Amino acid sequence: MTPADLETVYEALAEQLDAIGPDRRELYLAKLALLLVHEIADAGRARSLVADAASNLEI
Amino acid sequence: MRPAGRAETDSLYFTYPHFDPPSNRAHLTRPVRVAIAGAGPVGMTAALALAQEGIASVLFDAKATFNDGSRAICIARQSYHILDRLGAVKPFLEKSLGWTRGRSFYRGRKILEFEMPDSPREKYRPMYNLEQQYIEQYLWDAIEQEPLIETRWQSRVSGLEDLEEGVRLTIQDPVDTYQVDCDWLLAADGARSTIRGLRGLRLKGENFEGRYVIADVQMEHDYPTIRRALFDPDCRRGGTILVHKQPDNIWRIDYQLRDGEDEAEAIREDTVRASVAAVLTEIGYDGDWDLEWWSIYSANTLALDDYRDGRVFFIGDSAHIVPIFGVRGLNNGLADAHNIAWKLAWVLKGKAGPRLLDSYTPERRGATLDVFQNASKSARFMTPPTAGWQLMRDAALNLSLSHPFAGELANPRQMTPYTYADSPIVTPDEDGFEGGPKPGAVLPNARVNGGFLSDLLGDGFSLIVFSPELADRLADLDLTPLVLQPGSEAADVLAASPGSAYLVRPDMHIAARWQSASPEAVRAALELAVAGGKT
Ligand SMILES: Cc1cc2nc3c(=O)[nH]c(=O)nc-3n(C[C@H](O)[C@H](O)[C@H](O)COP(=O)(O)OP(=O)(O)OC[C@H]3O[C@@H](n4cnc5c(N)ncnc54)[C@H](O)[C@@H]3O)c2cc1C
Repeated sequence: MTPADLETVYEALAEQLDAIGPDRRELYLAKLALLLVHEIADAGRARSLVADAASNLEI
Repeated sequence: MRPAGRAETDSLYFTYPHFDPPSNRAHLTRPVRVAIAGAGPVGMTAALALAQEGIASVLFDAKATFNDGSRAICIARQSYHILDRLGAVKPFLEKSLGWTRGRSFYRGRKILEFEMPDSPREKYRPMYNLEQQYIEQYLWDAIEQEPLIETRWQSRVSGLEDLEEGVRLTIQDPVDTYQVDCDWLLAADGARSTIRGLRGLRLKGENFEGRYVIADVQMEHDYPTIRRALFDPDCRRGGTILVHKQPDNIWRIDYQLRDGEDEAEAIREDTVRASVAAVLTEIGYDGDWDLEWWSIYSANTLALDDYRDGRVFFIGDSAHIVPIFGVRGLNNGLADAHNIAWKLAWVLKGKAGPRLLDSYTPERRGATLDVFQNASKSARFMTPPTAGWQLMRDAALNLSLSHPFAGELANPRQMTPYTYADSPIVTPDEDGFEGGPKPGAVLPNARVNGGFLSDLLGDGFSLIVFSPELADRLADLDLTPLVLQPGSEAADVLAASPGSAYLVRPDMHIAARWQSASPEAVRAALELAVAGGKT
């Protein structure tokens, strides 16, 4: 995936999150996480990403 | 609880018997070998299992009849095997409803249909639904045929004192209070065990958040015996509902109470009626129905640290309380009863060393802890305890509407019998046996000559071999040899080659197995299995 590819996903996500509205965003992101995990089909890798995403949240 | 105007045992479909206290009283203070406190399903099963080994026992129960209400209704395959071995399974099979399938719904839409493991190799279905009164009735019918069991109703165990080699019980019945000595005591006196209290022992563990009302109704509802789970239904937003079919047109409806919903209010008859009516509307039933019985429970995982205290063994609910999602409360208790009964009988008959009894706690408490793990998983899905669990649960359910894989997270995966892998009386694999059931597991079933492998097992230990020579060289041992064909279905299930062997215990668990067996190895494993572990 090129940086440009990533950017298209990034934009699509931003637009989708705005379209959804604040009270459903959390649910949407959790669903998306499950879907992506299912796609990568690698529990070990997915669990390390679950941990990675938790870093630096307090900054 | 029952509707206003009906007594505790005034059922729509079941006639409770009435039992008097002992009228013949001359022998009451005579010492007994094995006393059993509590004639619930677990105490009765223990008495039958001891009798099958030729050991007499005396059963004491405080009540004058069976337990009220239908309580535990799901009996698992392995429990039917236990009942089969006790010669008591027939009435159960005739009355109960076998089932294999479950359906889960989210906001009224089906998100999962699951099948529990079943095949023509199995003699019994994975699960049967039967009201607990019938379970107790059928066990009692078997006990009445059994001269080795004496039952004393309306006889409460109220005191207990250690003796040099046994226990002295104080018994209170309507006529008198007397003392009776026993060599061994099985405490099957239920969740509020008197004996546990008298010994100063406490159950330890966790209490979960969710509280459920369980209600039984009688109605002509046309739906097969399929377990239904309704997540987040219209009639109870945020809650979970379970629906089970039972014999006699009785339906079990379990529904979760909302946080902060008042318990006293929730179990008032009119509240229960309104809640049940809403569930029935949800499942599309609009006919007549009668309310039979209801109760409330919360999901606890509690157990004793040690199921043995000197000459006292705790079996069933006196030793452990498990959440009902795993349907293990009763099933676990029946396995406890069967486990301690053969061990105690073999020690009393001098066929096993006293250390055999020390394998009871690791095996059965291990099984309880395993249930706790599974049940905690189910409980967290059914009643998410925190915001994180709630969000992921809701995400899984919501996603499952479009992606079936997510619905699998709602699969309760009930019931696989526990493997006694760490038991002191189970011999671990030594020769790199690949495939097949592991040592300590329950022997899987297979069709053999138009019957089932389970039917060929002896009353004591059995040795399954695939060539007659090995059996011939072990002819002096106290076991039932079973020579099966290489290449047969059984050989396939057991991943056996012609030199393989399985040593199977009286409770159908595998004591040891060999890819290529020698007589010496079989002797050593049997020795270990009856002596109670190497010192
Ligand atoms: C209201 C209720 C609802 C339940 N619902 C479900 C369910 O939906 N699903 C499920 O799987 N399980 C359910 N259970 C649990 C299930 O009923 C038990 O797991 C099962 O009955 C355990 O059997 P037991 O023989 O160990 O104990 P019990 O069935 O409790 O039997 C204990 C016996 O000991 C007797 N006793 C007590 N104290 C003394 C004493 N001091 N002296 C002499 N006798 C004594 C009692 O009279 C009783 O007969 C429910 C339990 C209750 C109470």
